Amino acid sequence: MAKRIDVSGLTAYYGSHKAIEDISMTVEPRSVTAFIGPSGCGKSTFLRTLNRMHEVTPGGRVEGKVLLDDEDLYGAGVDPVAVRRTIGMVFQRPNPFPTMSIYDNVAAGLRLNGSYKKSELNDIVERSLKGANLWNEVKDRLNKPGSGLSGGQQQRLCIARAIAVEPDVLLMDEPCSALDPISTLAIEDLIGDLKERFTIVIVTHNMQQAARVSDRTAFFNLAAVGQPGRLIEIDDTERIFSNPSVQATEDYISGRFG
Amino acid sequence: MDISTHNTQAPPPAPQPAATVQKRAARGATRPGDRIFLGLSRGSGIFLLVIMAAIAVFLTYRASLAISKDEGNFLTTFEWNTNLNPPVFGIAVLAFGTVVSSIIAMVIAVPIAVAIALFITHYAPRKLGGPLAYVIDLLAAVPSIVYGLWGALILVPQMDGLFGWLDSYLGWTGIFSWDGGPPRSMLTVGILLAIMILPIITNVSREVFRQVPQMHEEAALALGATRWEVIRMSVLPFGRSGVISASMLGLGRALGETMAVATVLSPDFDIHASLLNAGGGTFAQNIASKFGEASEFGRDALIASGLVLFVITLLVNGAARAIIARRKEYSGANA
Repeated sequence: MAKRIDVSGLTAYYGSHKAIEDISMTVEPRSVTAFIGPSGCGKSTFLRTLNRMHEVTPGGRVEGKVLLDDEDLYGAGVDPVAVRRTIGMVFQRPNPFPTMSIYDNVAAGLRLNGSYKKSELNDIVERSLKGANLWNEVKDRLNKPGSGLSGGQQQRLCIARAIAVEPDVLLMDEPCSALDPISTLAIEDLIGDLKERFTIVIVTHNMQQAARVSDRTAFFNLAAVGQPGRLIEIDDTERIFSNPSVQATEDYISGRFG
Repeated sequence: MDISTHNTQAPPPAPQPAATVQKRAARGATRPGDRIFLGLSRGSGIFLLVIMAAIAVFLTYRASLAISKDEGNFLTTFEWNTNLNPPVFGIAVLAFGTVVSSIIAMVIAVPIAVAIALFITHYAPRKLGGPLAYVIDLLAAVPSIVYGLWGALILVPQMDGLFGWLDSYLGWTGIFSWDGGPPRSMLTVGILLAIMILPIITNVSREVFRQVPQMHEEAALALGATRWEVIRMSVLPFGRSGVISASMLGLGRALGETMAVATVLSPDFDIHASLLNAGGGTFAQNIASKFGEASEFGRDALIASGLVLFVITLLVNGAARAIIARRKEYSGANA
């Protein structure tokens, strides 16, 4: 199910403010691509253009093309709701539905998409929780509220919820920045497992994390505060962290930024 | 590591001032401002409790004077004759009228108020939502006598059509049968009360819906939820306890509403099965219309009825709190 993302000439605005400018890149299926760069460089904004979440923000609009295997996500007549059903997203702060049980959280996306038999639903919930390495911790309390879990467990619950609908792509916006190191490790291991089934794009502030989990790394930067963010380069992670082709990337990675 | 080496080289500051600081922190109020504020807030709190207790004692005492002389059953008598000797009066009709008119008001007002609040926060363009919210704020500030006059002069003459329709299609239920008399009935009162409590429920619900954390809404959006599905999955569950609180505020106003009911209703002392036939009464309306000419004893009897209204209000509030508390585990507070 994993699909390729092909972005060309993408520019995103908040009202009249240009947040990112002219970004083009290709994200290969069944790989992990990490976005790194300083705060405000637009990497989260760019991530949110990939599932049309950017336009939810008042004033948010996008120019350019995002192809998901040849289908333009911004083409005329494409329903953003349908786009978001095939491109899952995990957020910076774990956001399980607070009023729903663990089970209902995982089933939430499925219930939006159609009706399932109880047994089918049980199977998918179990498979998704296992896929998110959470099953053993919650199998005895599926009917308890998801908000009662620890932060790391909540984030894995959110991942289970996202993968339950078998998306083509999984977007992760700094999924570990609110978590402790042990929970972070659990999520990173999980990303390694998930990339066998999904195309994964992850925004991170943690360069070691990008180096650990990703196959490809994209470095974003902005010329000055108020200027739009740009893609400086995208390459194999190993190359970005050892021998990047742009000096700015090396400065950022080695801490000589700013 | 750093800190320990630092400590061995430079000794910590003298222990005495540190101890004093700690003691002060533990005691809390040390500066004049703190002491004054503590005294003020503690004093206000105690003052409030004393006033509440005084009101309760006063009401209970006066009420007990009246009830002890009541020849009828205070809870079940369909009569209010405090000038008879011995006096006969009971609150059955008033309790029924108060509860029924408030239920009608809630059934009509709550869904509409929630819908308006959702429209303002989640559907209307900002240019429309702002002014609309302001207009509804204004409606909440209109005095109840104005609603009462509007009800009596405009609403009542318009009710004939609705009543006729209800009678011909739902008259068989008994609840909606109509004898063709003046539509100064419980249903009209309920509709008027619904209009009156609509603004407050709308405003509080609107504030609650506006405070739904964006991350909850985005959680639903990212799963491919439509606007309505976002509202169902994120907004309504988060706002649930707030909407209940808002409804309780509205219900409080409906239960205690006096002038609007007194202006619209043609009261009598009977319980009517039909909501369309004129008659009945509510606690507040009965007190307002009888208090002026009542004897000393009559006033005590009215106070006794007021005490029952007070108890009903307490029960309703307690029930609402119980509903909210029962789902606390699932509330959005810790997320």
